[in-house]
Amino acid sequence: MRLLDTLWKALDERLELAPLVEFATHKEVPQHRHSWAYYFGGLTLFFFAVQVATGILLLLYYRPTAEAAFESVQFIVTRVPFGWLVRSVHSWSANLMILAAFVHMFSVYLLGSYAKPRELTWWSGFLLLGLAMGFGFSGYLLPWNELSFFATRIGTDMTSKVPLAGPWLLTFLRGGEEVTGATLTRFFGFHVAVLPMLSAGLLGLHLGLIQRQGMHVPGHLAEEARTRKPLRFLPNFVLREGVVWLFGLAVLAALAAFFPWELGNKADPFASAPAGIKPEWYFLFMFEALKLIPATVLGIEGELIGLGAFAVGGLVWFLVPVLDRASAHGRRSRLFLALGWGVLAYLVSFTVLSFLGAFQ
Amino acid sequence: MDPVPGKSGISRKSFVNWLLGTSLGATLAAALYPVFRFVIPPEVAEAPVNRVLAAKLSELPLNAGKVFRFGSKPGIVVRTATGEVRAFSAVCTHLNCTVQYRPDFQHVWCACHNGHYDLQGKNLSGPPPRPLEVYKVDIAGDDVYVTKGA
Repeated sequence: MRLLDTLWKALDERLELAPLVEFATHKEVPQHRHSWAYYFGGLTLFFFAVQVATGILLLLYYRPTAEAAFESVQFIVTRVPFGWLVRSVHSWSANLMILAAFVHMFSVYLLGSYAKPRELTWWSGFLLLGLAMGFGFSGYLLPWNELSFFATRIGTDMTSKVPLAGPWLLTFLRGGEEVTGATLTRFFGFHVAVLPMLSAGLLGLHLGLIQRQGMHVPGHLAEEARTRKPLRFLPNFVLREGVVWLFGLAVLAALAAFFPWELGNKADPFASAPAGIKPEWYFLFMFEALKLIPATVLGIEGELIGLGAFAVGGLVWFLVPVLDRASAHGRRSRLFLALGWGVLAYLVSFTVLSFLGAFQ
Repeated sequence: MDPVPGKSGISRKSFVNWLLGTSLGATLAAALYPVFRFVIPPEVAEAPVNRVLAAKLSELPLNAGKVFRFGSKPGIVVRTATGEVRAFSAVCTHLNCTVQYRPDFQHVWCACHNGHYDLQGKNLSGPPPRPLEVYKVDIAGDDVYVTKGA
């Protein structure tokens, strides 16, 4: 202990750390009937940390070329000790991270926490979710199997519909006209270098903003939060968050061990798309909606209308702190609350119905 | 410094700011332009493929199809239930998936978004907005040749 004390004193003397400790020990988390929502951002962060750790491990064996990618993943899951577990944890944790991020986002939305002065936190969180989906999309291709190959063909083809920049974007993403080994190498670069770098910066901003502004208490819960004793951040909230993380780890370990992630068949660019092809579950709402839109609507291609609608929807969701003017004055807009519940109902129903095979 | 009355309307300070700003902009542009160009791969000259040997007739039973390589893209050759041989581009006009022949439907189908095409390549139902490109088929003995732009 004396050694630790000496080390602490030495660091404090040089870096003036005492005010930081002072801040952490006095930090409090408000308590009300919806304070459960405060744990999901941390849970997303936990799964992100698991992704970084397992991703680094997979890098030791993975080879990002069309000739070797599938075989290298096969080698990881069949020959490398615990390789199947590391890959399974990486795949499951990616999905749980997106799920936790969605729960976090909807709880923030429905509690109106995006309102002024937290617009930047909402925007950085929105972009982080976009990056997480980018991680999912780029990582999906890396094993170079049948499903991932066609999912990438579809996903990248969608970008070609962007007005003006579409063809450029398509070539940029694919590294050519078609999905080939060049696409795989690019996606690998995005997945392990570009996206992590952007995420680290945005995550720092997102967490910094939350520390600076504190937890948001919705207007209708302010009275309850005033009467209940707040939770001290250190150690109470941190310990509770630790329990949530342990629970997340338990779920992750069970899923990874009992349902090891499938590898499928190696991609063949000159084979038909297999029946039953589907993207990752968090793209299903879009995938199924695109199936339902007719080929042409009022003389315009259906897919353009569908993709345009998703782009506008995404923009509205992003701009909600600005569009919902009542929120800046601490009031809840019925319209935006209904919009949130409507979007949630659409996402959940389309995803569940897709799993149940209702769109066959 | 304020502009000197009667002289130029630009102060020394704003001139220096302009100079620094444009220099910075030019430096950034000079650095970013090669990056912008670098991320788009160079065109690789490929001999245009107009005709390929798509399949052997003996390998193609009635009411079946086969995907073949046509240059850098997939094509599909179909032998109908009545024995006719037809060929199309296998790239779905919806979102770029590779189509297949479904013997149970007796027509071409795309698994990705449930698009259906008839045996003339015409989009029947589902989201595909346009017909498949039709190729010309020549049969020489057992060989099925497919020609583009026919």
